[in-house]
Formats: sequence, C-alpha cells, structure tokens
Amino acid sequence: MPDPDNPAAPIFDFKDGDSIPLPPPKPFQSTLRYPSNRKTIYDRNLNRTQTAPTSLPSFAYVFNAIITYIHTKSGSVAEIENRLNRAGYPIGIKLLDLLLYRQLPRSPQRPTRILDLLQFIHGTLWRSLFNRPADALEQSTTKKNEYMIVDNEPVVNTYISVPKDMSQLNCAAFVAGIIEGLCDAAGFAMEGVSAHSAGETDEMWPGKTIFLLRFGEGTVEREEAMKAG
Amino acid sequence: MVVFALLIINKAGGLIYNRTFHEGLQKLDSNDYLILAGTFHGIHAISRSINPAPAVQPPPGYRRPQTTGIQSLESSHFRLTCFQTPTGVKLLLFTSPEQPNTDIVVRRCYEIYGDFVVKNPFYAMEMPIRVEKFDRSLGAYLVRPG
Repeated sequence: MPDPDNPAAPIFDFKDGDSIPLPPPKPFQSTLRYPSNRKTIYDRNLNRTQTAPTSLPSFAYVFNAIITYIHTKSGSVAEIENRLNRAGYPIGIKLLDLLLYRQLPRSPQRPTRILDLLQFIHGTLWRSLFNRPADALEQSTTKKNEYMIVDNEPVVNTYISVPKDMSQLNCAAFVAGIIEGLCDAAGFAMEGVSAHSAGETDEMWPGKTIFLLRFGEGTVEREEAMKAG
Repeated sequence: MVVFALLIINKAGGLIYNRTFHEGLQKLDSNDYLILAGTFHGIHAISRSINPAPAVQPPPGYRRPQTTGIQSLESSHFRLTCFQTPTGVKLLLFTSPEQPNTDIVVRRCYEIYGDFVVKNPFYAMEMPIRVEKFDRSLGAYLVRPG
C-alpha cells in the first residue's frame, strides 16, 4: 500500500543492504557498422545486373565459421549435411524472386516445367552464384523423378578438405539447400536435394560433385498432365 | 636445382608437417624428424635473442617479431630456408644450394598453407596437417614431372 502522506515513498521499504541498486541503463549503441556512404546492401538498387564480385576468402571465412559451428553441434555426417542444407534453403527461396526480377529482357518468366526449372538452375542460378554455368545436367535412367546437376569443382569447396573419417560429407550440401529452396519457392515440391562427391576415381576433377534433385510425386504427375496437354 | 623437402613447425616447436619431394636427403625416421624440428626451434629462438644489432622500436600494430632469427642455413650440399609467419609457425624448406629464389618458393608454400590448411574448417590449429588439398596443391607446385 502506498503511504497516503508521502506518495513518492517506495511501496516496499528495504533495509540497507537488502538490495543492490541497479546501474543506470547504458544508452543504446548499435554495433552495426555502416559503410562510409551510409548505404547498406538494402539501400542499393535491386536491379543491378553487373554486381561487384564477392571476395572468395571472405566467403570462405564465413562458410568456415558456419561449418565449424554445425560440426560442434551435430553428431553425424547426415546431420551436418542436413543443417547445411537448412542454412542454404532460405537463400534459395529469396534468390528465385531476385533472379526473376533481374532477368533480361524485362519480361521475367517463371519456370513452370521441370526442364525450364532445371535450365534455370543450371544456367541463371549458377551464373549468378558462381559466375559460370554448371558443368552438366542429366536425368536418371532408372527413376523418372530424379535429375542430376554436375559441378566439377564447387566454388564453396575451394578450400575445404574433408577428413577421411567423414568422407561421406560434402559441404556443397549448402548449395543443395539453395537449390531445394529455389525449387520449392517455384512451386515444385521436392523430396529433397542432396550433394554427393563423385571425384574419387576422377583424376581430372577430384572435387566433382553431383547434386541429386528428387522431385515429389505430385510434381511429376502435374508435369505429365501438362505434357499430355 | 631441386627442392628436397618441406617441414612445418608449429609455434610450440612440434613438427606438424613433413614431406619429401625429391630424393637426395638422408633417410631419417620419424623420431629423428621430430628431434630435428625441436632442435631447430630452439636454435631459432636463441638466434633471435642474441641479436647484436640495437633494438628498434616497431611501429604500433606491427606483429612481426623484431628480429627474424635464422633465415637460411647453407652447406656444401643443401640450403635450408626458414620462413616464420607472424603467428610463429615456421616453414623449413630444404633445397639444393644452387636453387634460386628460395625465399619466393617458401613464401608460396606459406600461401598454399594459408589457403588449404588455415581456411579448412576441419583443421585444428597446431595439430599435424593431414589435408588432402594441401598435399595435392604442394605436389603440383613442387614436384617436377620426370
């Protein structure tokens, strides 16, 4: 109860030593750093087709930190790949819209057929991320919902050597996550996209990586219905 | 003109990498290599502290040690070039005495080390180097075909 004679008096009367006064709150200081012209990446024009290339060592440093973090948190190779995949997924979702927006001439077309989508990934996505198209695009001979995109030397793996006891791991799972996000955002439900090393026997390209795209059942059915007209 | 071998010693004096590129050195067993690395580490430290030149105050933020210690050792049959990084890792390059530009060669080895070992997320600093791409890249640079 407040004291009616002295409304300013505190409700609780602590004896000396019962309480420690809180330090006065520090004025908020943002630790965000801005470029000297105060223009962040969000202030730039979305429609820059000629982008300044990102420094590969800077990317490697950040990617290295992601992998080290995930490595300490995960118990198995599959879990590491899964977490890397999830790290790439939101990038893919956003990239679809950005790449369509930047497409020339100014009549962006969404990929609606599987082949269009694969061409879009193989060409447009790869060029925007790695400045070159992917090396091959193949269809599985046994399963009709499986397609493969081959990269002879993934840029993200430039400085990464996987130790022998984790030889199943391929850190390009991050790129697989980007692909999966992009396909899902384009309306192609995926069973999953995974990255597999295929360079053990390849003298020329020891880092060869195959991205396996597994489309969902509904997507394949729709594709066939569209084909039939 | 031959590059015989490359040794990398961590800042505690332990041997973390040892590779022979060309025949011509005496065969040493792994224990001898460890002793060689430890001994050189000690001598290098002494050579830095017995610097007879007067000490110069380094500019602020300058991380390199003020005295470099042994940079090269030469005998009738080999030359040892030592390159110490700002973090205290030493790269030892054994070449024939006629090999020119050993400082450039060892610097390039340091670049390869920086790229494929330090930037590799699965390498723990100061530990023995077992990195596939480092081996391959060094081989491509130092092993002469034929």
